[in-house]
Amino acid sequence: MINFQYARATDVADAVRQIAADPSAKFIAGGTNLIDLMKEDVERPTRLIDITRLPLKTVKETADRGLRIGALVPNSDLAYHPLIAQRYPLLASAILAGASAQLRNMASTGGNLLQRTRCYYFYDIATPCNKREPGSGCSAIAGLNGMHAILGTSEACIATHPSDMCVALAALDAKVHVTGPAGARTIAFSDFHRLPGNTPQRDTNLQPNDIVTAVELPARGFAANYTYLKIRDRLSYAFALVSVAAALELEAGKIKEARLALGGVAHKPWRDPSAEAALSGQSANQATFNRAADLLLRDAKGFEHNAFKIDLARRAILRALTQAAAGTPQSQSNKKIQ
Amino acid sequence: MTRTPQPIGHSIPAPDKLPVSMIVNGVEAQLKVAPWTTLLDALRDHLDLTGTKKGCDHGQCGACTVLVDGRRINSCLTLAVMQDGAEVTTVEGLAANGALHALQQAFIDHDAFQCGYCTPGQICSAAGLIAEGRAKSADEIRELMSGNICRCGAYPNIVAAIQQAMGQS
Repeated sequence: MINFQYARATDVADAVRQIAADPSAKFIAGGTNLIDLMKEDVERPTRLIDITRLPLKTVKETADRGLRIGALVPNSDLAYHPLIAQRYPLLASAILAGASAQLRNMASTGGNLLQRTRCYYFYDIATPCNKREPGSGCSAIAGLNGMHAILGTSEACIATHPSDMCVALAALDAKVHVTGPAGARTIAFSDFHRLPGNTPQRDTNLQPNDIVTAVELPARGFAANYTYLKIRDRLSYAFALVSVAAALELEAGKIKEARLALGGVAHKPWRDPSAEAALSGQSANQATFNRAADLLLRDAKGFEHNAFKIDLARRAILRALTQAAAGTPQSQSNKKIQ
Repeated sequence: MTRTPQPIGHSIPAPDKLPVSMIVNGVEAQLKVAPWTTLLDALRDHLDLTGTKKGCDHGQCGACTVLVDGRRINSCLTLAVMQDGAEVTTVEGLAANGALHALQQAFIDHDAFQCGYCTPGQICSAAGLIAEGRAKSADEIRELMSGNICRCGAYPNIVAAIQQAMGQS
Protein backbone atom coordinates (compact mmCIF):
# COMPACT_ATOMS: atom_id res chain seq x y z
CA MET A 1 0.00 0.00 0.00
CA ILE A 2 1.37 3.43 -0.88
CA ASN A 3 1.26 6.37 1.53
CA PHE A 4 -1.86 8.51 1.37
CA GLN A 5 -3.50 11.48 3.03
CA TYR A 6 -6.79 11.07 4.86
CA ALA A 7 -9.65 13.57 4.98
CA ARG A 8 -13.30 13.49 5.99
CA ALA A 9 -16.21 14.91 4.02
CA THR A 10 -18.79 16.87 5.99
CA ASP A 11 -21.65 16.72 3.48
CA VAL A 12 -22.31 15.64 -0.11
CA ALA A 13 -21.33 19.03 -1.58
CA ASP A 14 -18.10 18.99 0.43
CA ALA A 15 -17.36 15.43 -0.77
CA VAL A 16 -17.77 16.50 -4.41
CA ARG A 17 -15.60 19.60 -3.82
CA GLN A 18 -12.86 17.53 -2.20
CA ILE A 19 -12.78 14.84 -4.89
CA ALA A 20 -12.78 17.45 -7.67
CA ALA A 21 -9.81 19.19 -6.05
CA ASP A 22 -7.53 16.12 -6.20
CA PRO A 23 -7.46 13.91 -9.30
CA SER A 24 -5.77 11.06 -7.46
CA ALA A 25 -8.16 11.02 -4.50
CA LYS A 26 -10.79 8.37 -3.89
CA PHE A 27 -13.82 8.10 -1.66
CA ILE A 28 -13.84 5.43 1.01
CA ALA A 29 -16.96 4.04 2.68
CA GLY A 30 -17.07 0.37 3.78
CA GLY A 31 -13.54 -0.16 2.50
CA THR A 32 -14.01 -3.90 1.97
CA ASN A 33 -12.89 -3.78 -1.66
CA LEU A 34 -10.84 -0.58 -1.84
CA ILE A 35 -8.50 -1.35 1.09
CA ASP A 36 -7.97 -4.85 -0.28
CA LEU A 37 -7.08 -3.42 -3.70
CA MET A 38 -4.79 -0.83 -2.08
CA LYS A 39 -2.93 -3.59 -0.22
CA GLU A 40 -2.34 -5.24 -3.61
CA ASP A 41 -1.21 -1.91 -5.15
CA VAL A 42 -4.01 -2.22 -7.72
CA GLU A 43 -5.56 0.98 -6.40
CA ARG A 44 -3.08 3.72 -5.53
CA PRO A 45 -4.95 6.84 -4.37
CA THR A 46 -2.78 9.48 -2.68
CA ARG A 47 -5.77 10.76 -0.72
CA LEU A 48 -8.76 9.00 0.77
CA ILE A 49 -11.88 11.02 1.45
CA ASP A 50 -13.88 9.30 4.17
CA ILE A 51 -17.60 9.66 3.38
CA THR A 52 -18.86 7.39 6.17
CA ARG A 53 -20.16 10.29 8.24
CA LEU A 54 -22.42 11.67 5.49
CA PRO A 55 -26.18 11.47 6.18
CA LEU A 56 -26.87 8.75 3.58
CA LYS A 57 -27.86 5.94 5.94
CA THR A 58 -31.65 5.79 5.76
CA VAL A 59 -34.22 3.79 3.80
CA LYS A 60 -37.22 5.99 2.99
CA GLU A 61 -40.47 5.48 1.10
CA THR A 62 -40.77 7.58 -2.03
CA ALA A 63 -43.88 9.44 -3.19
CA ASP A 64 -44.67 6.69 -5.72
CA ARG A 65 -44.44 3.86 -3.15
CA GLY A 66 -40.91 2.89 -3.96
CA LEU A 67 -37.92 3.05 -1.63
CA ARG A 68 -34.91 5.32 -1.59
CA ILE A 69 -31.90 3.55 -0.09
CA GLY A 70 -29.10 5.79 1.13
CA ALA A 71 -25.72 4.97 -0.40
CA LEU A 72 -24.19 4.30 3.04
CA VAL A 73 -26.79 1.77 4.23
CA PRO A 74 -24.74 -1.34 5.06
CA ASN A 75 -25.54 -4.44 3.03
CA SER A 76 -26.63 -6.36 6.14
CA ASP A 77 -28.97 -3.60 7.32
CA LEU A 78 -30.50 -3.47 3.86
CA ALA A 79 -31.01 -7.24 3.59
CA TYR A 80 -32.75 -7.38 6.97
CA HIS A 81 -34.68 -4.10 6.64
CA PRO A 82 -38.38 -4.95 7.20
CA LEU A 83 -39.53 -3.11 4.04
CA ILE A 84 -36.91 -4.88 1.92
CA ALA A 85 -37.68 -8.29 3.45
CA GLN A 86 -41.43 -7.83 2.88
CA ARG A 87 -41.60 -5.99 -0.43
CA TYR A 88 -38.30 -6.78 -2.16
CA PRO A 89 -37.31 -10.26 -0.92
CA LEU A 90 -35.41 -10.83 -4.18
CA LEU A 91 -33.02 -8.06 -3.17
CA ALA A 92 -32.72 -9.37 0.40
CA SER A 93 -31.98 -12.86 -0.89
CA ALA A 94 -29.35 -11.67 -3.37
CA ILE A 95 -27.55 -9.64 -0.70
CA LEU A 96 -27.50 -12.58 1.71
CA ALA A 97 -26.08 -14.80 -1.05
CA GLY A 98 -22.99 -12.59 -1.21
CA ALA A 99 -19.87 -12.18 0.94
CA SER A 100 -19.89 -12.97 4.67
CA ALA A 101 -21.76 -11.53 7.65
CA GLN A 102 -18.72 -9.43 8.61
CA LEU A 103 -18.29 -8.01 5.11
CA ARG A 104 -22.01 -7.30 4.77
CA ASN A 105 -21.83 -5.37 8.06
CA MET A 106 -19.13 -3.14 6.56
CA ALA A 107 -19.95 -2.89 2.85
CA SER A 108 -22.19 -0.01 1.74
CA THR A 109 -24.96 0.07 -0.84
CA GLY A 110 -23.06 2.49 -3.07
CA GLY A 111 -19.81 0.61 -2.65
CA ASN A 112 -21.43 -2.65 -3.67
CA LEU A 113 -22.22 -1.06 -7.04
CA LEU A 114 -18.65 0.21 -7.39
CA GLN A 115 -16.72 -2.91 -6.39
CA ARG A 116 -14.18 -4.04 -8.97
CA THR A 117 -13.90 -7.39 -10.69
CA ARG A 118 -12.24 -10.30 -8.89
CA CYS A 119 -10.40 -11.39 -12.06
CA TYR A 120 -7.09 -12.87 -10.82
CA TYR A 121 -5.11 -10.96 -13.41
CA PHE A 122 -6.68 -7.63 -12.48
CA TYR A 123 -5.50 -8.32 -8.92
CA ASP A 124 -1.99 -9.42 -9.89
CA ILE A 125 0.06 -6.35 -10.81
CA ALA A 126 2.80 -8.57 -12.31
CA THR A 127 0.49 -9.54 -15.21
CA PRO A 128 -0.92 -7.51 -18.12
CA CYS A 129 -4.51 -6.33 -17.63
CA ASN A 130 -6.35 -3.80 -19.78
CA LYS A 131 -8.67 -2.90 -16.92
CA ARG A 132 -5.78 -2.06 -14.60
CA GLU A 133 -3.26 -0.80 -17.17
CA PRO A 134 -5.10 0.14 -20.39
CA GLY A 135 -3.29 -1.14 -23.46
CA SER A 136 -1.21 -3.75 -21.61
CA GLY A 137 -3.28 -6.71 -22.84
CA CYS A 138 -5.68 -9.23 -21.32
CA SER A 139 -4.10 -12.18 -19.50
CA ALA A 140 -7.43 -13.93 -18.96
CA ILE A 141 -8.43 -14.53 -22.59
CA ALA A 142 -5.76 -17.21 -22.99
CA GLY A 143 -5.26 -17.80 -19.26
CA LEU A 144 -7.17 -19.31 -16.36
CA ASN A 145 -10.62 -18.07 -17.28
CA GLY A 146 -13.00 -20.44 -15.51
CA MET A 147 -14.64 -17.57 -13.61
CA HIS A 148 -14.82 -15.20 -16.56
CA ALA A 149 -17.56 -13.80 -18.75
CA ILE A 150 -19.49 -15.58 -21.49
CA LEU A 151 -21.62 -12.62 -22.56
CA GLY A 152 -20.75 -9.11 -23.70
CA THR A 153 -17.00 -9.74 -23.73
CA SER A 154 -14.52 -7.87 -25.88
CA GLU A 155 -11.02 -8.56 -27.15
CA ALA A 156 -9.78 -6.24 -24.43
CA CYS A 157 -11.48 -7.80 -21.37
CA ILE A 158 -13.53 -10.81 -20.26
CA ALA A 159 -13.92 -9.82 -16.59
CA THR A 160 -17.21 -10.20 -14.73
CA HIS A 161 -18.93 -7.86 -12.31
CA PRO A 162 -18.87 -9.73 -8.99
CA SER A 163 -21.94 -8.32 -7.21
CA ASP A 164 -25.00 -10.36 -6.26
CA MET A 165 -26.93 -7.34 -5.01
CA CYS A 166 -26.59 -5.61 -8.39
CA VAL A 167 -28.19 -8.56 -10.20
CA ALA A 168 -31.34 -8.11 -8.11
CA LEU A 169 -31.23 -4.32 -8.51
CA ALA A 170 -31.01 -4.76 -12.29
CA ALA A 171 -33.99 -7.13 -12.30
CA LEU A 172 -35.99 -4.70 -10.15
CA ASP A 173 -35.32 -1.73 -12.48
CA ALA A 174 -33.61 0.33 -9.79
CA LYS A 175 -32.23 3.81 -10.37
CA VAL A 176 -28.97 5.24 -9.08
CA HIS A 177 -28.91 8.76 -7.64
CA VAL A 178 -25.65 10.56 -8.28
CA THR A 179 -24.30 14.01 -7.43
CA GLY A 180 -21.45 15.65 -9.33
CA PRO A 181 -20.08 19.18 -9.67
CA ALA A 182 -23.02 20.08 -11.95
CA GLY A 183 -25.63 18.83 -9.48
CA ALA A 184 -27.75 15.73 -8.92
CA ARG A 185 -29.05 13.32 -11.55
CA THR A 186 -30.33 9.74 -11.81
CA ILE A 187 -29.00 6.86 -13.90
CA ALA A 188 -31.13 3.85 -14.84
CA PHE A 189 -29.56 0.70 -13.41
CA SER A 190 -29.14 -0.82 -16.87
CA ASP A 191 -27.09 2.24 -17.88
CA PHE A 192 -24.97 2.33 -14.73
CA HIS A 193 -22.47 -0.45 -15.43
CA ARG A 194 -20.73 -0.75 -18.80
CA LEU A 195 -19.61 -3.53 -21.09
CA PRO A 196 -15.82 -3.62 -21.46
CA GLY A 197 -15.50 -2.71 -25.15
CA ASN A 198 -12.25 -0.86 -25.74
CA THR A 199 -12.35 0.87 -22.35
CA PRO A 200 -12.46 -1.90 -19.73
CA GLN A 201 -10.83 0.46 -17.23
CA ARG A 202 -14.25 2.10 -16.94
CA ASP A 203 -16.64 -0.11 -14.97
CA THR A 204 -19.48 2.42 -14.80
CA ASN A 205 -20.83 5.54 -16.46
CA LEU A 206 -20.05 7.69 -13.43
CA GLN A 207 -17.97 10.76 -14.14
CA PRO A 208 -14.69 11.19 -12.22
CA ASN A 209 -16.08 13.61 -9.62
CA ASP A 210 -19.44 11.95 -9.02
CA ILE A 211 -20.65 10.46 -5.75
CA VAL A 212 -23.43 7.89 -5.52
CA THR A 213 -25.96 9.16 -2.97
CA ALA A 214 -28.82 6.64 -3.17
CA VAL A 215 -30.38 3.69 -4.96
CA GLU A 216 -34.09 3.94 -5.67
CA LEU A 217 -36.46 1.01 -6.08
CA PRO A 218 -39.74 1.38 -7.96
CA ALA A 219 -42.94 0.22 -6.24
CA ARG A 220 -43.08 -3.25 -7.83
CA GLY A 221 -41.10 -5.78 -5.85
CA PHE A 222 -42.36 -9.13 -7.24
CA ALA A 223 -42.56 -10.38 -3.65
CA ALA A 224 -44.78 -13.40 -4.43
CA ASN A 225 -42.84 -15.09 -7.24
CA TYR A 226 -39.10 -14.63 -7.22
CA THR A 227 -35.84 -16.39 -6.58
CA TYR A 228 -32.13 -15.66 -6.43
CA LEU A 229 -30.24 -18.79 -7.40
CA LYS A 230 -26.46 -18.64 -7.08
CA ILE A 231 -24.14 -21.39 -8.30
CA ARG A 232 -20.53 -21.29 -7.08
CA ASP A 233 -17.47 -23.44 -6.45
CA ARG A 234 -18.29 -23.86 -2.75
CA LEU A 235 -21.64 -23.53 -0.99
CA SER A 236 -20.99 -20.24 0.73
CA TYR A 237 -18.71 -17.22 0.75
CA ALA A 238 -17.66 -17.47 -2.89
CA PHE A 239 -18.39 -15.42 -5.99
CA ALA A 240 -20.97 -16.66 -8.45
CA LEU A 241 -20.05 -18.81 -11.42
CA VAL A 242 -23.59 -18.14 -12.54
CA SER A 243 -26.44 -16.52 -10.65
CA VAL A 244 -30.02 -15.87 -11.70
CA ALA A 245 -32.46 -13.29 -10.39
CA ALA A 246 -35.93 -14.29 -11.57
CA ALA A 247 -39.14 -12.39 -10.79
CA LEU A 248 -42.58 -13.14 -12.20
CA GLU A 249 -45.99 -11.61 -11.96
CA LEU A 250 -48.52 -14.39 -12.51
CA GLU A 251 -52.19 -14.00 -13.42
CA ALA A 252 -54.56 -16.91 -14.01
CA GLY A 253 -51.70 -19.34 -14.58
CA LYS A 254 -49.97 -17.12 -17.10
CA ILE A 255 -46.94 -14.87 -16.80
CA LYS A 256 -48.06 -11.26 -16.92
CA GLU A 257 -44.59 -9.82 -16.51
CA ALA A 258 -41.13 -11.31 -16.10
CA ARG A 259 -37.73 -10.08 -15.01
CA LEU A 260 -34.65 -12.17 -15.57
CA ALA A 261 -31.06 -11.11 -14.84
CA LEU A 262 -27.83 -13.11 -14.74
CA GLY A 263 -24.79 -12.54 -12.54
CA GLY A 264 -21.26 -13.92 -12.86
CA VAL A 265 -21.45 -14.08 -16.66
CA ALA A 266 -20.72 -10.54 -17.87
CA HIS A 267 -19.14 -7.18 -17.10
CA LYS A 268 -22.55 -6.07 -15.80
CA PRO A 269 -25.77 -7.77 -14.68
CA TRP A 270 -27.11 -9.35 -17.86
CA ARG A 271 -30.69 -8.70 -18.98
CA ASP A 272 -32.26 -9.07 -22.38
CA PRO A 273 -35.68 -7.55 -23.13
CA SER A 274 -36.38 -10.22 -25.73
CA ALA A 275 -36.02 -13.01 -23.17
CA GLU A 276 -38.42 -11.28 -20.82
CA ALA A 277 -40.86 -10.57 -23.67
CA ALA A 278 -40.78 -14.29 -24.55
CA LEU A 279 -42.07 -15.09 -21.05
CA SER A 280 -44.75 -12.43 -20.97
CA GLY A 281 -48.27 -13.67 -21.71
CA GLN A 282 -47.15 -17.32 -21.76
CA SER A 283 -47.92 -20.27 -19.51
CA ALA A 284 -45.28 -20.83 -16.85
CA ASN A 285 -43.91 -24.12 -18.14
CA GLN A 286 -40.61 -25.64 -19.22
CA ALA A 287 -41.14 -24.90 -22.93
CA THR A 288 -41.61 -21.22 -22.15
CA PHE A 289 -38.62 -21.16 -19.81
CA ASN A 290 -36.47 -22.87 -22.46
CA ARG A 291 -37.31 -20.21 -25.02
CA ALA A 292 -36.35 -17.48 -22.56
CA ALA A 293 -33.05 -19.24 -21.77
CA ASP A 294 -32.33 -19.60 -25.52
CA LEU A 295 -32.81 -15.88 -26.01
CA LEU A 296 -30.88 -14.79 -22.94
CA LEU A 297 -27.90 -16.98 -23.89
CA ARG A 298 -28.07 -16.64 -27.69
CA ASP A 299 -24.81 -14.66 -27.90
CA ALA A 300 -22.97 -16.63 -25.21
CA LYS A 301 -19.37 -17.47 -26.06
CA GLY A 302 -17.15 -19.67 -23.93
CA PHE A 303 -13.38 -19.59 -23.50
CA GLU A 304 -11.03 -22.49 -22.73
CA HIS A 305 -12.04 -22.99 -19.10
CA ASN A 306 -15.48 -21.42 -18.82
CA ALA A 307 -17.51 -22.92 -21.67
CA PHE A 308 -19.26 -25.01 -18.99
CA LYS A 309 -20.94 -21.82 -17.84
CA ILE A 310 -23.20 -21.73 -20.91
CA ASP A 311 -24.87 -25.02 -20.03
CA LEU A 312 -24.75 -24.17 -16.32
CA ALA A 313 -26.49 -20.85 -16.99
CA ARG A 314 -29.19 -22.56 -19.08
CA ARG A 315 -29.93 -25.05 -16.29
CA ALA A 316 -29.82 -22.33 -13.64
CA ILE A 317 -32.27 -20.18 -15.62
CA LEU A 318 -34.72 -23.09 -15.98
CA ARG A 319 -34.41 -23.94 -12.28
CA ALA A 320 -34.77 -20.33 -11.19
CA LEU A 321 -37.88 -19.72 -13.31
CA THR A 322 -39.36 -22.96 -11.94
CA GLN A 323 -38.65 -21.82 -8.38
CA ALA A 324 -40.11 -18.38 -9.04
CA ALA A 325 -43.26 -19.71 -10.70
CA ALA A 326 -43.83 -22.16 -7.83
CA GLY A 327 -43.34 -19.46 -5.22
CA THR A 328 -40.52 -21.48 -3.65
CA PRO A 329 -37.48 -19.17 -3.63
CA GLN A 330 -34.00 -20.56 -3.09
CA SER A 331 -33.01 -20.62 0.60
CA GLN A 332 -29.67 -18.88 1.20
CA SER A 333 -28.98 -20.90 4.37
CA ASN A 334 -30.16 -24.40 3.49
CA LYS A 335 -28.29 -24.78 0.21
CA LYS A 336 -30.33 -27.62 -1.21
CA ILE A 337 -31.61 -26.61 -4.65
CA GLN A 338 -35.23 -27.72 -5.01
CA MET B 1 -15.06 5.97 -13.27
CA THR B 2 -11.41 6.63 -14.06
CA ARG B 3 -9.13 8.70 -11.92
CA THR B 4 -5.45 9.44 -12.39
CA PRO B 5 -3.54 6.30 -11.43
CA GLN B 6 -0.29 6.72 -9.55
CA PRO B 7 2.72 4.78 -10.81
CA ILE B 8 3.58 1.63 -8.90
CA GLY B 9 6.20 2.40 -6.31
CA HIS B 10 5.15 6.06 -6.21
CA SER B 11 4.78 7.38 -2.71
CA ILE B 12 3.88 10.73 -1.26
CA PRO B 13 5.82 12.00 1.76
CA ALA B 14 4.60 10.36 4.96
CA PRO B 15 1.65 12.42 6.24
CA ASP B 16 1.45 13.41 9.88
CA LYS B 17 0.10 10.81 12.23
CA LEU B 18 -3.54 11.33 13.07
CA PRO B 19 -5.17 11.16 16.50
CA VAL B 20 -7.68 8.38 17.07
CA SER B 21 -9.76 7.88 20.15
CA MET B 22 -11.57 4.58 20.72
CA ILE B 23 -13.06 2.67 23.62
CA VAL B 24 -11.32 -0.70 23.41
CA ASN B 25 -12.66 -3.42 25.70
CA GLY B 26 -14.21 -0.74 27.89
CA VAL B 27 -11.03 1.32 28.22
CA GLU B 28 -10.43 4.61 26.43
CA ALA B 29 -7.47 4.44 24.06
CA GLN B 30 -5.78 7.50 22.54
CA LEU B 31 -3.55 6.72 19.58
CA LYS B 32 -1.61 8.54 16.90
CA VAL B 33 -1.48 6.46 13.76
CA ALA B 34 -0.53 6.80 10.11
CA PRO B 35 -3.62 7.01 7.86
CA TRP B 36 -2.94 3.57 6.38
CA THR B 37 -2.88 1.78 9.72
CA THR B 38 -5.69 -0.75 9.73
CA LEU B 39 -7.78 -1.27 12.84
CA LEU B 40 -6.18 -4.73 13.06
CA ASP B 41 -2.65 -3.30 13.10
CA ALA B 42 -3.66 -0.60 15.59
CA LEU B 43 -5.01 -3.24 17.97
CA ARG B 44 -2.03 -5.56 17.63
CA ASP B 45 0.90 -3.17 17.20
CA HIS B 46 -0.22 -0.04 19.04
CA LEU B 47 -2.35 -1.49 21.84
CA ASP B 48 -0.57 -4.86 22.17
CA LEU B 49 -3.89 -6.69 21.89
CA THR B 50 -2.49 -9.61 19.94
CA GLY B 51 -5.49 -11.88 20.55
CA THR B 52 -6.96 -10.60 17.29
CA LYS B 53 -5.12 -12.49 14.56
CA LYS B 54 -3.83 -11.49 11.16
CA GLY B 55 -4.62 -14.41 8.86
CA CYS B 56 -5.01 -13.43 5.22
CA ASP B 57 -5.13 -9.63 5.78
CA HIS B 58 -7.63 -9.48 2.87
CA GLY B 59 -11.03 -10.13 4.46
CA GLN B 60 -11.16 -13.72 3.30
CA CYS B 61 -10.46 -15.70 6.48
CA GLY B 62 -12.19 -13.93 9.40
CA ALA B 63 -9.28 -14.38 11.85
CA CYS B 64 -9.28 -10.60 12.47
CA THR B 65 -12.98 -10.39 13.38
CA VAL B 66 -13.76 -7.91 16.17
CA LEU B 67 -16.93 -6.15 17.28
CA VAL B 68 -17.20 -2.45 16.43
CA ASP B 69 -20.16 -0.74 18.09
CA GLY B 70 -21.50 -4.25 18.68
CA ARG B 71 -21.24 -5.41 15.03
CA ARG B 72 -18.76 -8.00 13.82
CA ILE B 73 -16.40 -6.76 11.11
CA ASN B 74 -13.06 -7.70 9.54
CA SER B 75 -10.59 -5.40 11.29
CA CYS B 76 -8.06 -5.84 8.46
CA LEU B 77 -10.32 -3.99 5.99
CA THR B 78 -10.96 -0.80 7.91
CA LEU B 79 -8.62 2.03 8.80
CA ALA B 80 -8.07 2.93 12.43
CA VAL B 81 -8.70 6.61 11.60
CA MET B 82 -12.13 5.70 10.27
CA GLN B 83 -13.03 4.19 13.66
CA ASP B 84 -12.38 7.35 15.65
CA GLY B 85 -15.03 7.41 18.40
CA ALA B 86 -15.95 3.74 18.05
CA GLU B 87 -16.34 1.10 20.74
CA VAL B 88 -14.25 -1.94 19.91
CA THR B 89 -14.46 -5.35 21.56
CA THR B 90 -11.74 -7.91 20.92
CA VAL B 91 -11.42 -11.46 22.23
CA GLU B 92 -9.53 -10.02 25.23
CA GLY B 93 -12.65 -8.08 26.20
CA LEU B 94 -15.18 -10.91 26.30
CA ALA B 95 -14.43 -12.47 29.69
CA ALA B 96 -15.98 -10.57 32.60
CA ASN B 97 -15.36 -10.66 36.33
CA GLY B 98 -12.80 -13.41 36.02
CA ALA B 99 -15.21 -15.76 34.24
CA LEU B 100 -14.90 -16.87 30.63
CA HIS B 101 -17.55 -15.70 28.17
CA ALA B 102 -20.12 -18.43 27.45
CA LEU B 103 -18.63 -18.84 23.96
CA GLN B 104 -15.10 -19.22 25.28
CA GLN B 105 -16.26 -21.92 27.71
CA ALA B 106 -18.31 -23.62 24.97
CA PHE B 107 -15.31 -23.72 22.60
CA ILE B 108 -13.32 -25.47 25.37
CA ASP B 109 -16.21 -27.82 26.21
CA HIS B 110 -16.60 -28.88 22.57
CA ASP B 111 -12.89 -28.91 21.62
CA ALA B 112 -13.86 -26.44 18.89
CA PHE B 113 -10.32 -25.81 17.64
CA GLN B 114 -7.06 -27.52 16.93
CA CYS B 115 -4.27 -25.01 16.24
CA GLY B 116 -6.35 -22.16 17.67
CA TYR B 117 -5.28 -19.46 15.23
CA CYS B 118 -8.79 -18.81 13.90
CA THR B 119 -10.39 -19.15 17.33
CA PRO B 120 -10.43 -15.49 18.50
CA GLY B 121 -12.08 -14.54 15.20
CA GLN B 122 -14.49 -17.46 15.44
CA ILE B 123 -15.49 -16.45 18.97
CA CYS B 124 -15.90 -12.74 18.18
CA SER B 125 -17.85 -13.63 15.05
CA ALA B 126 -20.10 -15.97 17.04
CA ALA B 127 -20.67 -13.22 19.61
CA GLY B 128 -21.80 -10.97 16.74
CA LEU B 129 -23.95 -13.76 15.33
CA ILE B 130 -25.73 -14.30 18.65
CA ALA B 131 -26.29 -10.54 19.06
CA GLU B 132 -27.77 -10.35 15.55
CA GLY B 133 -30.29 -13.07 16.45
CA ARG B 134 -30.73 -14.27 12.84
CA ALA B 135 -29.40 -17.81 13.20
CA LYS B 136 -31.63 -20.49 14.70
CA SER B 137 -30.83 -23.74 12.88
CA ALA B 138 -27.45 -25.39 12.36
CA ASP B 139 -27.75 -24.53 8.65
CA GLU B 140 -28.18 -20.87 9.53
CA ILE B 141 -25.24 -20.94 11.95
CA ARG B 142 -23.03 -22.52 9.28
CA GLU B 143 -24.08 -19.97 6.66
CA LEU B 144 -23.71 -16.95 8.92
CA MET B 145 -20.32 -18.18 10.20
CA SER B 146 -19.02 -18.82 6.67
CA GLY B 147 -16.78 -15.75 6.87
CA ASN B 148 -14.60 -17.57 9.42
CA ILE B 149 -12.35 -20.19 7.90
CA CYS B 150 -10.87 -22.98 10.05
CA ARG B 151 -8.11 -24.78 8.17
CA CYS B 152 -7.94 -27.46 10.87
CA GLY B 153 -11.55 -28.26 10.00
CA ALA B 154 -13.09 -27.95 13.45
CA TYR B 155 -16.38 -26.81 11.94
CA PRO B 156 -18.72 -29.44 13.46
CA ASN B 157 -17.42 -28.66 16.95
CA ILE B 158 -17.57 -24.91 16.33
CA VAL B 159 -21.26 -25.22 15.39
CA ALA B 160 -21.88 -27.35 18.50
CA ALA B 161 -20.12 -24.79 20.70
CA ILE B 162 -22.16 -21.94 19.26
CA GLN B 163 -25.37 -23.90 19.77
CA GLN B 164 -24.41 -24.44 23.42
CA ALA B 165 -23.68 -20.74 23.92
CA MET B 166 -26.92 -19.75 22.16
CA GLY B 167 -28.82 -21.93 24.60
CA GLN B 168 -27.26 -20.07 27.49
CA SER B 169 -27.78 -16.55 26.24
